[in-house]
Amino acid sequence: MTTYKETFGKLNRAALIPFFVIGDPDYDTCLELVKAAIDTGADILELGIPFSDPIADGPTIQKADIRALANGMTPQKALEFIGKVTEYKPVPIGLLVYYNLVWQYGIERFFKDFKSVGGSSVLIADLSIDDADEVLAPAQAAGLETVFMTTPITAEDRMQRICEKTTGFIYTVSTLGVTGARDTLSDRVKPLIGKLKAMTDTPVCVGFGISSSSQAREVADAGADGVIIGSRIVRIIENNLGNKAAMKSELTDFIKNVHEVLQ
Amino acid sequence: MKHKGRFGTFGGFYVPEVLIPALEEIEVAFDRWKDDPQFIAELDGLYRFYAGRPTPLYRAKRFSELVGFNVYLKREDLLHGGAHKVNNTLGQGLLARYMGKTKLIAETGAGQHGLATSMIGALFGMETKIFMGKTDIARQNVNVHKMKLCGAEVIPVEGGTGTLKDAINDALRYWTAHVDDTFYLFGTAGGPHPYPTIVKHFQSPIGVEARKQCLEQIGKLPDIVTACVGGGSNAIGIFCGFEADPQVRLVGVEGGGKGLDTHEHCATLVTGSVGVLHGAQTYLLQDENGQIRETECISAGLDYPGVGPEHAYLKETGRAEYVSADDESVLDAFAALIRTEGIIPALESSHALAWLMSMKGKLPHETNIVANLSGRGDKDVGIVESYRPLE
Repeated sequence: MTTYKETFGKLNRAALIPFFVIGDPDYDTCLELVKAAIDTGADILELGIPFSDPIADGPTIQKADIRALANGMTPQKALEFIGKVTEYKPVPIGLLVYYNLVWQYGIERFFKDFKSVGGSSVLIADLSIDDADEVLAPAQAAGLETVFMTTPITAEDRMQRICEKTTGFIYTVSTLGVTGARDTLSDRVKPLIGKLKAMTDTPVCVGFGISSSSQAREVADAGADGVIIGSRIVRIIENNLGNKAAMKSELTDFIKNVHEVLQ
Repeated sequence: MKHKGRFGTFGGFYVPEVLIPALEEIEVAFDRWKDDPQFIAELDGLYRFYAGRPTPLYRAKRFSELVGFNVYLKREDLLHGGAHKVNNTLGQGLLARYMGKTKLIAETGAGQHGLATSMIGALFGMETKIFMGKTDIARQNVNVHKMKLCGAEVIPVEGGTGTLKDAINDALRYWTAHVDDTFYLFGTAGGPHPYPTIVKHFQSPIGVEARKQCLEQIGKLPDIVTACVGGGSNAIGIFCGFEADPQVRLVGVEGGGKGLDTHEHCATLVTGSVGVLHGAQTYLLQDENGQIRETECISAGLDYPGVGPEHAYLKETGRAEYVSADDESVLDAFAALIRTEGIIPALESSHALAWLMSMKGKLPHETNIVANLSGRGDKDVGIVESYRPLE
C-alpha cells in the first residue's frame, strides 16, 4: 500500500483523484472502470459505499447509489471490492461513507476491515469535527489516516480545528451545495486554498463541482494538491448504461485528458 | 455549536460540514430570541389571534361511553390550518424574520406542515418552497392545492419512495446550496440539533395548556396522556406539559400499517434499532446493513423511518411508552369518533384514538385520558373512502 504522504510527495503536480460509487452500475463493470482509471492516470481513488439516503450528494450520485444498491452492493461487498482494487495496484484509497453504515457494521470492526483490504482513510460525510472523537481513536488504532471536509463558509477557528485533526488530506468543498458537476467554479476556492495552506502542511484537495479538465487545471493553479472529480465521472457511467464499451472509453478519455492537463 | 443537542446519547447534529454554519446561526438566534419579551409578545399575539390558541380541552362524552373511560380531546384540530403544525411554523417563521431571512423552505409528508409553512410564508411575505414526495403529492392533493394558493412553490421529490424522508433529503440538499438567505423551517421534532429543541419549544403550548385545563376542568392531572408519533412533534408538545408529573403515563402511538410482522409499517420505536439519519442519532427502520427501509402507513404524516431523538430518549428511560395501531384499527377509530362526536379526526391523530379503543375493558371507568387530537381529517376523507367506500 502506498501512503498519501508518499503519493503527494513524489508528485510535483496536483493529484488526480476520481470518485466512484462502489458497485455502480454493477460490481464487475465498476471494478473494470476503476482499474482503467488507475491505468490512465488516477493517483488516488475516492470510493463511496452507496447509501439509501445520501444527503450530502446531489441527484447524479444519488442515482448511482440507487443503481449500486439495486445490484446488491453492501458494505461487506464494498470492502471486498476495495481489496481487489488494492491487489491490482497499491493506490491510496479514501473512502466516503455515511455514518449509519459504519455504525451498523460496528465502528472498530469497520476500520479494521477497511485497513486490512488496503484502505487509507475514511471520510464520513455526515460526521462533523464536533463528533469526530467517536471515530478518531478507532480509526487511528486501525492505522488509518484522517480526512475531513472544509467549505467556503467554515469559520476560521473551526478550520483550524479541522486542520489539526487531519493527517491524510483536507477535502475542501469548492462551492456551497451538494456534489454535482457545475459550469463555473466558485471564486471562493482560490482564497480558500490560500487560507488552508497558511494553516497547515497537510495536502489540500478540492472537490465538488469540478466537471472539466480546464476546471481541474484552474484548481491546480490555485494551489490545490489534489483534484477530486466525482459527479462528472458518475455521469459518464449514467450516460452510457446501455453501452459498457463506450462507458469505459469515454471514462478513460476523460481521465487521460485531465491527467495531461495537470502535468 | 454551543450545545451538543443530546437527549441522553440520542440526537446530536450529524450533518455535512457545509450545514454546520447554518445550524449554528439558528442555534444562536434561538438562544437570543426565545426569551426576548418582544419576541414572546409577538408570538403570543399570533398564537392567539392568528392561530386560535388556546385550543379547548373537550370531554368527548359519547366516545368515552364507547371505550368505557373518560376521554378528553386536546383540540389542536381547531387551529388555523387544521393541525398543530401552525404552532411551530409561526414560531420558526418569526425566528426567521428576526434573523433577517427572506426565504423559507420546508419538507412535508401529509402536507400539513407544508401548508402551515405556506400560510406563514404568505403572512410574512416570504418566498416559500415546499419539498414534497411525489407519492405524497398524489395522496394529499388538496393540501398541495392550498399551498399553491398561498403562493408557495411545491417541488415534487422523485427520489426514493417519494415520501417524507425523501422530501427531507432534498430540502437539506437545497438548503446546503442556499444557506445565505434561506431558513429551513423543519416540521418535526427530529433532524439535527437545534431542531428537536426548537420544535419542542414551539409545540410546548399544547402541553402547558392541557395541564392547566386538566386542573381546571377535571380538578386533577390525567392518568394518561396519549398522542400519535411519526417524527413526534405533536406528541412531544403535549408530553412536555406532563414530563415532570411522574404519575401521568405518557403513551405514543406509531403507525402499525399493515401489521408489525410485515415491513409495511412505520413503527420506528416499537420495532426499530438505533442508528443515524437526517442529522440525529435515534431509532430507525433499517436493514441489517444500515440502509433505511421503505415504510408504509395509511397516514402520510406518520410515514417516516426515523423519529425525534427525544422520543428515543423517553423510550430508553421508560418515561414514555410506545405502541402501534394498524391501519384497520385506525379506520375504525376514525369512523367511531365521527359517529359519536361529529368530529372528523386526521388519520394521524386517529392512531391515538385507535389505541384508546384497544384499551376498552382494560382500564378502570374512572380513568382520565387526554388524547391529542393533533389535526382534522378533511384532508383524509378521500383516502378513507378508497379503503372503505360508503354504501
